[in-house]
Amino acid sequence: MKSGIAILTVVAFASVPLWLRDPYLMNALITTGIFIIGAMSLNLLLGFTGQLSLGHIAFFGIGAYVSALTSLGFDVGLPFGFRIVHHPWPPIAGFVLAIAIAGLCGYLVGLLSFRVRGAYFVIVTISFAEVVRLVALNWVELTQGPLALTNIPSITVGLPGLGDLTLRTKLQNYYFVLAVAVVTYLLISRLVHSHFGRAMRGLMENETLAVSVGIDVTKTLTLAAVISAGIAGAAGSLYAHYIRIIDPEVFAFINTVTMVIMVITGGKGSLAGPVVGGMIFGLLPVFLRPIMAPKAQWIAYGGVLIIILFVLPRGIVPSLALRFAKRRSRPETVAPVTFSERDAKEHA
Amino acid sequence: MTAIALKVEKVAAHFGGLVALSDMNFTVGEGEIVSLIGPNGAGKTTAFNVVTGFLDPTHGAVSYRGTALNGLKPHQIAELGLIRTFQRTSVFPNDTVYDNLLVGLHRQGRVSLLEAILGLPRARSSQRRLRERASELVEWVGLERRAHDLAGSLSYGEQRLVGVALALAAEPSMLLLDEPVSGMNASETHTFVQLVRNIRDRGVTILLVEHDMPMVMSVSDRIVVLNYGRIIAEGPPDMIRNDPAVIEAYLGQGATRA
Repeated sequence: MKSGIAILTVVAFASVPLWLRDPYLMNALITTGIFIIGAMSLNLLLGFTGQLSLGHIAFFGIGAYVSALTSLGFDVGLPFGFRIVHHPWPPIAGFVLAIAIAGLCGYLVGLLSFRVRGAYFVIVTISFAEVVRLVALNWVELTQGPLALTNIPSITVGLPGLGDLTLRTKLQNYYFVLAVAVVTYLLISRLVHSHFGRAMRGLMENETLAVSVGIDVTKTLTLAAVISAGIAGAAGSLYAHYIRIIDPEVFAFINTVTMVIMVITGGKGSLAGPVVGGMIFGLLPVFLRPIMAPKAQWIAYGGVLIIILFVLPRGIVPSLALRFAKRRSRPETVAPVTFSERDAKEHA
Repeated sequence: MTAIALKVEKVAAHFGGLVALSDMNFTVGEGEIVSLIGPNGAGKTTAFNVVTGFLDPTHGAVSYRGTALNGLKPHQIAELGLIRTFQRTSVFPNDTVYDNLLVGLHRQGRVSLLEAILGLPRARSSQRRLRERASELVEWVGLERRAHDLAGSLSYGEQRLVGVALALAAEPSMLLLDEPVSGMNASETHTFVQLVRNIRDRGVTILLVEHDMPMVMSVSDRIVVLNYGRIIAEGPPDMIRNDPAVIEAYLGQGATRA
């Protein structure tokens, strides 16, 4: 049943451009989709290992800058008279490099902070995001600083038998983002149902016990951080090539907060949670725009967040799943929705 | 004399000025059931923590089947087949019993990340094997009816069983049980003793920390008695039962004269 819902959701999303012609709404959906990918990557850490990254936008922004610079080329001077000159590469190479370099940053941050974890990880990630923002702002020769990187080329994908396709229109970008989102969802789903996923859950629930059966804490958490950062980097790359202009504001703390809100309202630790939360908070500005000033919208977000968590404290998806399961099994004993049952159904 | 599995040599553990263990020496032979007993605060759990790498000893050395354990992390010691259970935190409370065992099977389930993500045949067959093994283990400790209940919702005694099954899932060659029957009633304890014997008959060496004296006396091949961080007696149950130093440690000095 669960995979049925997933397929229906994908079909529904795929059909949107057939009946929605409004370019403003299409644009909102594309950026929402990009942020949902970011939120899914955050959920991998927050929901499945319990580690809160409050600098997650750093990986997103690094992905955006790496991808943009790879496809634009650059020429920077280094100390001692060295220069690095890079000629433009195709944007798809930027996309791959964005994943790799964001993943590498995830590895370094993880390695630094997972020895201590918890609050320390939160602080390290916040600081990391701020440092990266300052670098982007001040290394003008590389990043143009506040002047922004402009004219970033659109992604070109090679389609078998059809030649190259450059994603210029909103329609094309919409489907590309949708495809990346589906792949991301499947990747995370496979990952959390594998023995790596079980190791992550074990660590989150009872670290001492998990260690005693042979689970390597640092390795498991670092791996989760690498994959999470890599996915965030991919989202950043999509963002850069779609918006086609990026400045250091991309690293703003509020962007991380948006992703965290998406994950928490949708339901952390649930695969569909970030998608549901992301749709709500991605599209909320669209509906609030006619009636509220941008700054006032943040107050509305806070209100919506509080109402949702008051009514559905575990987040939308897990709370509804639990109610649904209770209703169905009322005649017999009440069985909570569990990992293995979902698991068994998905693999059945 | 069987081969020595675990060897603890001159181990001391200090917490600041407090001496939790001093100059502890004992060995456990392959396939033996050895119990570590002593009054509360005697250092039994500290000894467990030192052996399983959760605590670094201040002095001394621990080795298992000839491998020095000093400086190894707990998960590396688990790799060697030395698996422990815990006094309190014995389960993953928000997972079902069955899922608990799947986590415990971590050491058996290793396939590469790529294989797992792509769902390659090897990863699938490994998953299938793990599921079968988890079902077997659930049956073996007699918790089939609770397999799909959350471990946190089980009774205390049942949680202890899950804890032991979890440890067994990790395929130990030596199992360290920290007060496994505390919180169990008499019949549960009786069943548990059978279980421990069964485990040993499968070739697993066992080191047990326990307060339940009848249980310790009935199951152990040998007993090591700790008091104030040092060993005061060591030998088979019959000898320990009549050892004046042991009686004194448990009942006080008056008892020896009485």
